[in-house]
Amino acid sequence: MELVSYQLRVNGTERQVEEAWLGESLLHVLRERLELPGAKNACEQGECGSCSVLMNGDLVCACLILAASAVDADITTVEAIASNDPFSTGPLSIVQQAFVDAGAVQCGFCTPGLIMSVHDLLDRNPNPTDLETREAISGNLCRCTGYGRIFVAIEQAVRVRSAASLIDTGPTVTDQKRQAPR
Amino acid sequence: MVAAARSPAQTRQNTPFNGKSSAELTFCKASPGTIFRMVALAPTSLPDALSALREHPDAHILAGGTDFMVEVNFGHRRPPSVVSLRNVRELRARIWNDTTLLLGANVTYADLAAPDVAEHFPALSAAARTVGSPQIRNAGTIGGNVGTGSPAGDTLPVLAALDAVIHLADVDGSTRSLGWQSFFLAPKRTARKPTEIITGVELPLHRTRQDYLKVGTRNAMVISVAGLALVIDLDDRAVRVGLGSVGPVPLRAPEAEKWVVNHLDWSDASNGNVSVPDPRTYETFGTMVAEASKPINDQRSTAEYRKHAVKVLAQRALMRLV
Repeated sequence: MELVSYQLRVNGTERQVEEAWLGESLLHVLRERLELPGAKNACEQGECGSCSVLMNGDLVCACLILAASAVDADITTVEAIASNDPFSTGPLSIVQQAFVDAGAVQCGFCTPGLIMSVHDLLDRNPNPTDLETREAISGNLCRCTGYGRIFVAIEQAVRVRSAASLIDTGPTVTDQKRQAPR
Repeated sequence: MVAAARSPAQTRQNTPFNGKSSAELTFCKASPGTIFRMVALAPTSLPDALSALREHPDAHILAGGTDFMVEVNFGHRRPPSVVSLRNVRELRARIWNDTTLLLGANVTYADLAAPDVAEHFPALSAAARTVGSPQIRNAGTIGGNVGTGSPAGDTLPVLAALDAVIHLADVDGSTRSLGWQSFFLAPKRTARKPTEIITGVELPLHRTRQDYLKVGTRNAMVISVAGLALVIDLDDRAVRVGLGSVGPVPLRAPEAEKWVVNHLDWSDASNGNVSVPDPRTYETFGTMVAEASKPINDQRSTAEYRKHAVKVLAQRALMRLV
């Protein structure tokens, strides 16, 4: 049994991992050692997306990341997604609130992974097409909802974020429009 | 997709530690007097990665982890040591030379969908986009796909059709390059020596028309039942077909390739156009390509269906390109 100790940077905080087995996945370390159970453990083979986290801004399955190889990476889990959301003023991110409002959560097991995937999508592409949305969540399995209400939630999140960004950056947008060549 | 800037690993490597190489120090605890056996290494340069492998010859070389970690999670592998290439940034580069594109081993499937790659190698971008899900494409790498050497590796038929060259670096400081034919030996067996690290994949830059098609049970998260890459090379006036999941290694269809070249109209090739004068060409081509496949029955499909699929894919790819 090979043991290693190392530091991970999770949600902006350096976290010490002591004498962990070398083969432990980032998912295992987050859940069992760092008390961050938001990412869910289901398939352990990258099929279900329930353990999705951001590593250096890229959406990945935490179960497929060797935790010891994630040193020097910025890891963001669903626990930090609301506080990191520039569009939200409440306890939930805009995407999380939309999932609640639309009834996109049934058993809830897939929800943290879906929340991460939708944030990843909307941060890169604030106005996705239907196909782009479907591709973005193609790695997240939900066995309850049939996805209908998840798509409704994503549409709501797009609308609310779009409105919020217009309010936040109102003058800038107006300026840009005024200066745009005709 | 571009990864966010990473903070330099040197911050932790500066701590002095008895007789350990700089690469190993990545995992050393700062508190003096505590000694762990260092077994997981995250070097930040290729020379450091090679010295780590030299000191730990039994180490598993870890790229994106999308194959390896499944085996670890399910207890099929217990690595005594690991050399992770994730932080070796020089291996993430895409280098455009006059006549080739050199893809560093750490280039991810998501990177392969970038516009510059898609413009010149649309079949490679298409194949990369069929891999897994966004999560998998952000982690999995071309070096890993090549190094694992699974018969179902999605980029492998494209590399075969593009006549790719695999670059390797040895712990003794030497390097070598192998054509894909000499590199893939058998299912999950390659010509890489245990002392070697795959550093990149080089693709010749020709004027081509190309396509990649794949059969699977759904559009996402699917291991290919059959995959086919078709490249019509306008410079060489050649056709190359790469086949995946229908043989122990990626295959080509040399007889079909030679035959179809003589049944295409190349007169407008300088403008990028090739046409098929005789519509019977498609079916004959499909049949000949299927004859080159060597499929087996397994949990994902039957040999018979795979042969049929190859025939349909070859016909369809040719129709899409002419």
